[in-house]
This record gives sequence, structure tokens and C-alpha cells, in this order.
Amino acid sequence: MTPGNLAPSESPAPSPGPLSGPQPANLGDILERVLDKGIVVAGDIRVNLLDIELLTIKLRLVIASLETAKQVGIDWWESDPWLSASAADRSRGRELEEENRQLRSRVRALERDEHNGG
Amino acid sequence: MAAEHHCVWLYAVTDDVGALPAGELAGIGAREVRALWVAGLAAIVSDVDLDEVTLRRNLEDLDWLESTARAHHAVIEAVGARCPVVPMRLATVYSCDAGVLTMLQDRAADLRDALSGVAACSEWGVKAFAAAPADPDPPEEGAVSRPGTAYLQRRRAQLSSHTHARHEAMAGARAVHAELSRLSVSARLYPPQAPGLTGQTAPMVLNAAYLVADERVDEFAATVNDLTGRHRSVRLGLTGPWPAYSFVGGHDRGDRP
Repeated sequence: MTPGNLAPSESPAPSPGPLSGPQPANLGDILERVLDKGIVVAGDIRVNLLDIELLTIKLRLVIASLETAKQVGIDWWESDPWLSASAADRSRGRELEEENRQLRSRVRALERDEHNGG
Repeated sequence: MAAEHHCVWLYAVTDDVGALPAGELAGIGAREVRALWVAGLAAIVSDVDLDEVTLRRNLEDLDWLESTARAHHAVIEAVGARCPVVPMRLATVYSCDAGVLTMLQDRAADLRDALSGVAACSEWGVKAFAAAPADPDPPEEGAVSRPGTAYLQRRRAQLSSHTHARHEAMAGARAVHAELSRLSVSARLYPPQAPGLTGQTAPMVLNAAYLVADERVDEFAATVNDLTGRHRSVRLGLTGPWPAYSFVGGHDRGDRP
């Protein structure tokens, strides 16, 4: 077994030691570092830190490399209510639809019971 | 007034007069990177056209995030190759140079501490993936006459071999981390990256960063190679050198994966 590059976007593991040359930085590794780490000083353009922390959590859960993420499908990002307001709206819309559907079917069931029982 | 304003993007802080390469260094949006000095500290910055709203929106745009993260990292890496740097989190943005200078003065003591903590060191990333379990032994001779039993035996052997491989990999990761921690000034554990998107079926069992003193880098790399030979339960990958992103925020040393 040889050490070396493991991300899919990188070349196969070189057989000499890993220090034979710097490996290209995997985007997932970069994002992990630039979003989550580094000293935090407050810029005066305020991006709610919470936004970045949520991003970071998503990246932790899902992302190894954006190239791969894009191949696999980008939906996780767009349909994630934490990250996208429109997705949150759509998600709430779906909840309402579902609730509506359940209520209608409940009403139908009650009406049927009334017919059958009455 | 235009919707987007001219702002100042902060990449890193250093205290070295030779921080910037002689030629022009391009930052986000190919804008020129410059240094702002106060109190013996330099803020590495460039101008950007952004405001709060576009910045927030852009952070949810994968393409923007990707190119910006790469550009942010490239500047920190270029400067970090020349002198110790304290990298800033992505999207540390000021409305003008004066805001950056005020921050430098206010945080001078923290920044100097952070700089001295990473001087003459580099960060190295090590990931470990669980190695594929060995195929279980073929069924014994007599079992062929009873295919159902043979199947169940094979299946049980397979499952236990997977469980065994996972346990071995976890133990391997702990041993690797312990040994590499001993060689490093400091260590930091990241959550393992998701298997579905690493493109690897093998689960990641260790995703660590190590702060290694310059004079021990060769020994560290040799040890990673050596550990690869000794721990067959994991496959190791080394990345670096990184600017010391993981070691400037006052984090505790991680002790176990």
C-alpha cells in the first residue's frame, strides 16, 4: 500500500514518499480550512458568522471535493433549507401541501364513516 | 450609488517585510494584493467589489465559493511560503483600509501570539481510509454438499470480516494519530469526510492536521511512510505543506480520532 493522493480528482498515489512533491490541494481540504479555521477577527462587513458555520457543517457532512459534488449532483445545496431561503420556502410549501393532503384524506375517511355508520 | 461597493478583503496577517513577492500577486478577482502596515504587523489585503448582501448571496453560490476559496488560499499560500502567516477565515471583509488598520491595532497581541506559535512550522494533513477487508476463507470441503449452510457460513464470515476490518481500521487510525502527534508541535482532528463524495467506498477513519516544526518535516514524512507499512488496516494520504490554518485559532490539541 502506498501513501499518496486519495481524493478522486488527484492523480494516483506516487510510489515514493509523499514528500516527492506537493500534492495539488483538494478543494474539500481547502474549504475545510478556510471556512472553519484561521483566526477569526470581525470584519466590518458583517456576514453573520452563523451563515458560515452552517456552511461549514454542511461541508463536513457532505463535501469531500466540490468537483465530485458537482458530478454527484448539486441538489444537496439547493434543496437544503439551511442554506437557501428559497429552498426553505419550497420546503415549507411541501409541508403545507402534505398537511393539506392528510387533512383531505382524513375528511374523506370521516365522511365515509358517517355514511356507513349512519 | 452602485449596488456593489469597493471593499477590502483580508487574507492574512504577518510581521515580515518580505511578505509580498516582488512581482504582482493577484488575489480575488485578479486584483492586486497589497500589505497594510501598522504596529509592526502587515495585513495582506486586496480590493473587492462586494457589499454585505452580495457577499452573503455569493457564499451560497458554489462556483463563486470555489473560485474565491482557491484565490484566498493561493494568496495565503504564496505569502506563507515566504514568512509565517496567520490566515484569516474566508470572507473577512472591511469597508476601507482604516478598518483593517484599526483591527490590527486592537488585536496586535493576539496576532503576534498566533504568529509566534506557527513560526518555523508547517501544517500537514493526514487522512486514513479503512483498507478493504480480506476475503474470508473459502468454505470447507464437506460444506459443498449443503449449499444453504455454506452460503450462510460464507455470509457470516464476510460480515464478521467487515466488522473486524472496521475495528482494525479504527485502532490503526488511533495508533497513527498517536504516533504523528508525538512528532508534531500540535495536532487537530477534522471530522472525516463523507465516503459518498470522496469517491471512495472505503470509509475515512482519520482526517487530521499536524503542526510540524521545520526541522522535523522529513522525519514526519518518513514516519507516515513507515506507518503505512506497519498498519495494513488503513491506507494513509499526506497533504501539505499547508499554511498553519488549523493552528492559529487557539484550539486544543486533539487526543483521539
